[in-house]
Amino acid sequence: MKEITVAADCDNLDKVTAMLEEYLDNAGAPVSAAMKISVALEEMFVNVAHYAYTDTDVPEEDRTVTVRFEDVQVNGSAGIKITLSDHGKPYDPLAKEDPDTTLSADVRPIGGLGIFMVKKSMDNVSYDNIDGFNTFSMEKAF
Amino acid sequence: MLNISKEANEGTLKIGLEGRLDTVTAPQLEDALKDSTDSVKELVFDLEKLEYISSAGLRVLLSMQKIMNKQGSMKIRGANENIMEIFEVTGFVDILTIEK
Repeated sequence: MKEITVAADCDNLDKVTAMLEEYLDNAGAPVSAAMKISVALEEMFVNVAHYAYTDTDVPEEDRTVTVRFEDVQVNGSAGIKITLSDHGKPYDPLAKEDPDTTLSADVRPIGGLGIFMVKKSMDNVSYDNIDGFNTFSMEKAF
Repeated sequence: MLNISKEANEGTLKIGLEGRLDTVTAPQLEDALKDSTDSVKELVFDLEKLEYISSAGLRVLLSMQKIMNKQGSMKIRGANENIMEIFEVTGFVDILTIEK
């Protein structure tokens, strides 16, 4: 298990991604799974960085996000579980409606794809609010 | 990190991307494209050396596709298997013109 707590800021994305890549490397994850997992982490991290503490009175220094990486078994295969937790506004990203991926380019809204990509590329995703912490977990087999 | 190469030839602009197109680097691509697509009739993205794309990168491609639908055409070339999977999951295979 590895865990890191950083300010919820996109400037820290590289640091968290580097830690994930090292973890996946050590776990022997193949490149195709590693990219999907890395994209999923980016989407969820950026989501917290952009929205969790907006319009809250949480002091600047407490605007953090904790990211944890763990080995898990997913449907009988070796995999990774990533958990992000923050104490910003309660927000369930899974409650958001999926975008309509059949629309043409001209009418398709720009954005709204991040969480959808996470749902599609990871094996299990879940959200809970635990003691005031938004806790989002996702698992993927290698 | 993202390296962007630009090759303009009459009405064609070819953009080569190398590295990662993510939250951190997508604004660099937006900047590189700003003001340089005004008289472009054909925009080509060469993704042969692109290793990674997230939704921030897809946003840039979609907004360019919207612009090019009005003034010409846009093509994507050389996307690797992992990036193609992302285009498939998000329905981008249907809105982008993708060449092998």
